Amino acid sequence: MTTVHGTGTTAGLDAAAVARIRADFPILGRTVREEKPLVYLDSGATSQRPRQVLDAERTFLERHNAAVHRGAHQLAEEATDAYESARSRIAAFVGAGEDEVVFVKNATEGINLVAYGVGNASVRTGLDAASERFALGPGDEVVVTELEHHANLVPWQELCRRTGATLRWYAVTDEGRIDLDSLELSDRTKIVAFTHQSNVTGAVAPVAQLVEQARAVGALTVLDACQSVPHMPVDLAALGVDFAVFSGHKMLGPSGVGVLYGRRELLEALPPFLTGGSMIELVRMEGSTYAPPPQKFEAGVPMTSQAVGLGAAVDYLGQIGMDTVAAHEATLTAAALEQLCAIDGLTVVGPPGAELRGGAVSFVVDGIHAHDLSQVLDDRGVAIRVGHHCAWPLHRRFGIVATARASFAVYNTTEEVEALADGVRAAQKFFGTV
Amino acid sequence: MQIQQMYQELILDHYRDPHGSGLREPYDAESHHVNPTCGDEVTLRVKVDTAAGAIADVSYETLGCSISQASVSVLHDLLVGKSIDEAWRILGSFQEMAQGRGQVEPDEEVLGDGVAFAGVARYPARVKCALLGWMAFKDAVSRTDLTIDMPDTEGSPA
Repeated sequence: MTTVHGTGTTAGLDAAAVARIRADFPILGRTVREEKPLVYLDSGATSQRPRQVLDAERTFLERHNAAVHRGAHQLAEEATDAYESARSRIAAFVGAGEDEVVFVKNATEGINLVAYGVGNASVRTGLDAASERFALGPGDEVVVTELEHHANLVPWQELCRRTGATLRWYAVTDEGRIDLDSLELSDRTKIVAFTHQSNVTGAVAPVAQLVEQARAVGALTVLDACQSVPHMPVDLAALGVDFAVFSGHKMLGPSGVGVLYGRRELLEALPPFLTGGSMIELVRMEGSTYAPPPQKFEAGVPMTSQAVGLGAAVDYLGQIGMDTVAAHEATLTAAALEQLCAIDGLTVVGPPGAELRGGAVSFVVDGIHAHDLSQVLDDRGVAIRVGHHCAWPLHRRFGIVATARASFAVYNTTEEVEALADGVRAAQKFFGTV
Repeated sequence: MQIQQMYQELILDHYRDPHGSGLREPYDAESHHVNPTCGDEVTLRVKVDTAAGAIADVSYETLGCSISQASVSVLHDLLVGKSIDEAWRILGSFQEMAQGRGQVEPDEEVLGDGVAFAGVARYPARVKCALLGWMAFKDAVSRTDLTIDMPDTEGSPA
């Protein structure tokens, strides 16, 4: 089913290997804006999908489609097997047990699931003793960072509003990293939520230190792994985080499916978020009991072809090898930083070096608003993201309204990095700023 | 390059040298509009001449791209001194052009320099940029005592 891209090494991918990978992605062959080859540098927003993922979804729908975990007919069995097989492969991909992986529609829903589960525990009525550990109240603290995507900020603001807990946050350094010295956790800190890799600055968080600090005060950790799982080897159990989330569509998989990881004992104790069919154990008019996780958190008929597609995506990434993916993207990132920093009037928002940093490269150009910059790039076929990238407080921290962001995936080439730098220079010429 | 259809020289001129920018006193109403997808902002004040039923001044501060800044500069040129009915007609015409996906032929008699934004209408992601200041103006005028006889402009505020 999948092609083996055997020439990848931990040193990265040679040009021929990247060309073979690109051949798996039909969309990368198209042209835009009057026959310009597409240079897709917006994988941080959503990645493109290889044929293997598209084929897996189509095959599932053409051969095995049925509602999973209900029905005793053959298709129901096959669909359930495909769905659960995807779960176990995805779990293995991130070092988790298969009962520690909950399918959600995206990472945003995953974070909300935890926040609402905690909120439901905080109501403190009808709780079993095990759920008590999640209960928040006035005086308790939820800690985030100034680096967060709105998805890992707003749900916690809302949880604090509902429970009376206080939101606190780590500040960000001038390099766009979490400033560990900016905040001290207290014994009232119950949750520490942070991004593994910033979607704006690309900074990789010191997960071990944050986990250690959180554990020292008995706080739970929630890791936003949206920008790390698609780009580097991630072993959630080894990282020691309590919860983590990532989205399918950012890792060569379908949209409409994401993953919440939770340590087994925590998922067992966390009250449900969405309730209804599928997630129950026993239902009576007076009340209900719930299935063990992950089913407890998968109410209703779930997405199926999307989960199967995400299974194919982790197979695809696994065949290339995440060490190889990371090495290749590190090469692209280093090249982008070098070429962009050489442009007069361009400032990178984030660490200037490629160490402890992923392939989201955000920048501003003197005298040219990010929107205008991206319009010139778009005219040359180069697709980047502009705006605040759902990290408005971070942009405010740097005193800027909007940045331009190039973000890489395994299918990008060094020629595309050059096209980016050429496009920035063309924009400067067009707007007469140099 | 297609892009020159969007960035007409006239737009770039207004961007580099905006007309009537800066917030001025006195004013009758102020509005602050934000484009939540990109964070661009405009603060816009309107001074009306109630006796004449006219727009006496429009002053503004913007944080944003060339399109949003040039657009509010053109707005200043087109609307200051106009009767409120006339201003509303121009606003409606500009909005119709901007939201017309390039299918609406702009009326230069009504829109003057505003026709330069016809190219922007071909780029749906930038329509909000072109309309940011105009929607702020609409909002500010609605907070004054002026009564508008013209039917409301069509389409939802961007």
